Formats: sequence, C-alpha cells, structure tokens
Amino acid sequence: MTKVSMTVNGKAVSGEVEGRTLLSSFLREGLGLTGTHVGCDTSQCGACVVHVDGKPVKSCTVFAADVAGASVKTIEGMANADGSLSVLQQAFQDHHGLQCGFCTPGMVMSSAALLAENPKPTEHEVRHHLEGNICRCTGYHNIVKAVMAASGQDVSAVAAE
Amino acid sequence: MHNFDFAKPSTIAEAAKALAADGAQALSGGQTLIPTMKQRLAAPGVLVSLTGIAEMQGVCMGDGGLHIGAATPHAVVAKEAKAHYPALAALAGGIGDPAVRSRGTIGGSIANNDPAACYPSAVLASGATVVTNKRKIAADDYFQGLFTTALEEGEFVTSVIFPIPSSAAYVKFNQPASRFALTGVFVAKYADGVRVAVTGAGNDGVFRWKEAEAALSGNFSADALSGLTVDPDGMIADLHGSAAYRANLVKVLTGRAVTAAG
Repeated sequence: MTKVSMTVNGKAVSGEVEGRTLLSSFLREGLGLTGTHVGCDTSQCGACVVHVDGKPVKSCTVFAADVAGASVKTIEGMANADGSLSVLQQAFQDHHGLQCGFCTPGMVMSSAALLAENPKPTEHEVRHHLEGNICRCTGYHNIVKAVMAASGQDVSAVAAE
Repeated sequence: MHNFDFAKPSTIAEAAKALAADGAQALSGGQTLIPTMKQRLAAPGVLVSLTGIAEMQGVCMGDGGLHIGAATPHAVVAKEAKAHYPALAALAGGIGDPAVRSRGTIGGSIANNDPAACYPSAVLASGATVVTNKRKIAADDYFQGLFTTALEEGEFVTSVIFPIPSSAAYVKFNQPASRFALTGVFVAKYADGVRVAVTGAGNDGVFRWKEAEAALSGNFSADALSGLTVDPDGMIADLHGSAAYRANLVKVLTGRAVTAAG
C-alpha cells in the first residue's frame, strides 16, 4: 500500500492505495464519493467519467497512484456553491436528459468538458463528443438537447423524436 | 486484476532503470493495458508509468520534421499538430472517444501495435522515425507483425519524428462499437514519392500497399488505382467483415484518402 494525495472537488484528500486501485475505486470506496458510477468496468460505457486536471477521463481505466497530485472533479463537485444545480445539470432536468439516471454522472462530466473547450457546439459536435458515453435507456436525443440548451442555444430544432 | 508494484519515474533514465527489473512492464495511457490486466491477460509484477516524464511530452517542429513525445495524449496531438501536419492531427482526434484521447498516447499505441490501431498507419505512411531510449528505428523496420515491434526487452518509445508531407489524409472505416479501424488507410505524398499504409485489414498488422504507391507516385488521383486489385489472401476475416470485404475496403479507402488529400 502506498499513500496518494490529490485534490478532489477543490479539497485536499489522501488515502492508502494498492498499485491496482483504480481511480473509480479510490473515489467511491476510499472517499465515499459514489456519484461516479461504474457501469461496465471495461472502458466502454463512460458512466465513470471524471475530470483529471480539467480533462475527461474514464476513472475505471486510470490507476489512482498514476494521478497522485492531480486535481480531480467529480459529479459531486458540479453543483453551485449554494447547492443549486449548475446550468448544465439544470438543463438535463429541464429537457428530461435522463431516464434511469445511471449514465448521467458520466454524461454530465463529458458534456461539461466539451462546453469548457467549445462553448457553442453544433448538434453534430455534441453527438461526436458523447460517443464514449452509453445510455442504456437510449435517451440520447434529450441528452443532446440538454447540452445544447446549457450552451445557450435554441433547441427547438434539435431532434426530439 | 493481480496486484503489482507501481513506479512513476520522472526521467527517461530512471524509467529505463525501473524497466530493467524482472517482470516490469511500461504503462503509458493505459487505455489498452488496463483493460487487458483486468482480464488477466497481462499480469506484470512492476508497472512503470511513463506519463510523468516531461521529456516524453509535447509536440514541436525540429530536425527531420514534427517531433511528438511518446507520452503525448491523442487529444494534445489533435490540437497541437494541426498547424504542422493536419492529417496526423485529424487521425489523433478520431481515436476512440474524448476520454480515451485524454489518456491514450502515441507511444503506447505503437508499442502495442494493435492490428486495428490508427497510429501505426500514420507512422508507416510518413516513413517516420521511432526514437527509443536506446536507438532510432525507421518505421519500415519497426512494425514486425501482429502486436510485434522491433522493441527489445527494457526498450521503450520516447518520441516519434514525422517528416511533413506535401499532402496527406487518413480515412478510417469505423468499427462502430469499438471505434477501431475496420480498415483505415493513410496516404502521404512526399517529394520523392507517395506512401500508402493500411491498418485494420492485414493479418500481420499494418502494411504498405506498394502497388498503389507506385501508381500514385506517377498520378496522384483516385483514378490511378482503377486497374489495381488487392489480394484477399492475408486479410483479416472476422464477424465484422470477410477478407474479400476488407480487400475491397483497402482500395476504396485509398481512393478516398487520395481525394481527401487533394
């Protein structure tokens, strides 16, 4: 076991990990931050996406020890300081961008990373960016709509069928 | 997955020392290796992360062309190579998905040499130089078959140097579930001729289509390929496509790449 320290959602944290401890396990089991979901554990579904130094990564496919010292942001760090939902989270609620909700943490984190790089993405760019996030309820249209709405764009013409 | 000792050196020299240990294995972005370890298809005793080595990061122009540090993630290449080698940047921006591109690296990709990976085609079509902790290897000597390279025990890629072509393009026929190349073709035009490298199709991994290179070096247009055929013998056949299907894709995608390169 080795001790790792990092910043998670703005707070300094540390814990004992094995070499094989995944970042997703460290967050969920080590820190109790169970908002990060592990869907497939095979790098395919994207439910476990968090930001490491501002970049989206699949936390089930990164060793905790390899990101020691990094700044990590999870879904628990997405709400506003007063506890109200962020613009992106509110847009998911307003546009019914979730059904069972299991993929939502990863969808929100991936979408937030896109909007940070590209504040006004086209519908095609949103869909392309979310290729690594799978929604088992197949609720993609409303997820795309929510991301477009969060970017301040008119979503009346976005596919809604 | 089996447990291991984890090391994260900060220089190439320290990494070489750590990798000399018995059972040591290099870890780059881990986007292939970690899933492989979860399936217990790999169980290294020591994992040596190469992602903390500053001298293996970054994209810059230098002697011989564009130098890309082996531990540079795909997302960084997609952004920073754009001004110098747009076809290479576009290839990097089409690998996997955004989260994979945040972690996966060029060095990891070509060290693994997956027969359906994108990067080997760019390295081979560009006649790039693979720089390791020990030597420089020409792309034509580097790729040696399925998951096989010229890398020796304890040797790892530190950078790749790409000569800049006058025009180039990569066209990938996506396997839509994995986003690996069902077949992908990289065409690069240089003053001394055209190089065509194919990934995803060959049983022995990435290969050059030399008949197309000869035809395109005389006439750089998709029409130059019309009389050529690709032998299905030696092509990958699986549930996604037969050998004949892939052989046809090689020709079709080469034509598209030439047209895209302009």
